[in-house]
Amino acid sequence: MIVHGQTIEKHAFEAATGWVIKPEGACKAETCIPLPFATDTEDLPAVALANAMNLPLVEEPRMDVLAIGPDSLGGRAVSSAKAPDLCLPDLDGTLHRLSDFLGQKIIVYAWAPY
Amino acid sequence: MWRALRDEVHHLGVELITVGLDSLGSSGCRAAIEAAAPTHPALIDTHHDVARLFGVVNIPQSIWIDEQGMIIRGVTSAPPPPVSDAGAPAGPPPDLPARMMDIMGEAAHIESDPATYHAALKNWITHGADSPYALSASEVINRSGPQSTERALGHAHFELACEAVVQDQKAIAVEHFQAAHRLVPDSWTYRRQAWSLETVAAAGPFERFWQGPHPDHPEQWPYEGDWLSDIRAEGPANYYQPWED
Repeated sequence: MIVHGQTIEKHAFEAATGWVIKPEGACKAETCIPLPFATDTEDLPAVALANAMNLPLVEEPRMDVLAIGPDSLGGRAVSSAKAPDLCLPDLDGTLHRLSDFLGQKIIVYAWAPY
Repeated sequence: MWRALRDEVHHLGVELITVGLDSLGSSGCRAAIEAAAPTHPALIDTHHDVARLFGVVNIPQSIWIDEQGMIIRGVTSAPPPPVSDAGAPAGPPPDLPARMMDIMGEAAHIESDPATYHAALKNWITHGADSPYALSASEVINRSGPQSTERALGHAHFELACEAVVQDQKAIAVEHFQAAHRLVPDSWTYRRQAWSLETVAAAGPFERFWQGPHPDHPEQWPYEGDWLSDIRAEGPANYYQPWED
């Protein structure tokens, strides 16, 4: 995920990665990774978070932006069959979440104009 | 074509969500979406979130998700629905540059199997969890593509490259696209996205499909591969992963 500045909003991190920040650390399914900083705030230190979770981090100081990559636990592109809650805009900028469509069968179809 | 399929099965409790992968965002996707006049959500994925979240590496690819939000068939090549009477195939327009003719020649050898894919899709729509094409959770995970620390780092570089495009920082974008291509070498979308931004005016309406060196300035091409070289190296028959029962 893209981070502007040095801190990351907790709920944005959770939504983008599927990890949940709990008092005991960052948790996904059976795994919890302890975090060496207070987690009861809305903003978390991005670099310290990525380092503690061993997530790939690419800093781009020319844009004051950094990117945190996905975890590679399990060695597969998909680590859980529970679909992540993809959240993207349409042409009008209206955000749609995959979870808005639960209760139906969903076909996600990826295409590109090139 | 996908809209017609969606409208045919929507009353059965099926929704189609299209995701346009383009770091140019809505300006890149708008023409195609408006031409399709979708009745379903047509979303725009500026940073290719579906690559990191689901493992999309080429287009068109689909993911099937059940009513409870469980993936029952992960990333799969998704050819357009078969057409019973396609009529005479449209030939290439006249006066096409030689490179575009070569690209269309290679593309003609790309293999896909729309009949098998769409028969399986209809079977799942009808039978749900009882369909033989609805996979178990462990099978969904096992069949998903590889992940590694190197690939994860490549995904971060790619996302940063897209952000650089959004911020109109072309040179920075190229650096991170190059890193992503090296670290996630099997992703056609990561390559095609980068190549599509090196437009060549001589290609006219096909400028985003040129995907290779400028004929007059080949030394300025910033990437190791290009569409024509890579498809010839890898073989057009290997461009799409075949359907797997």
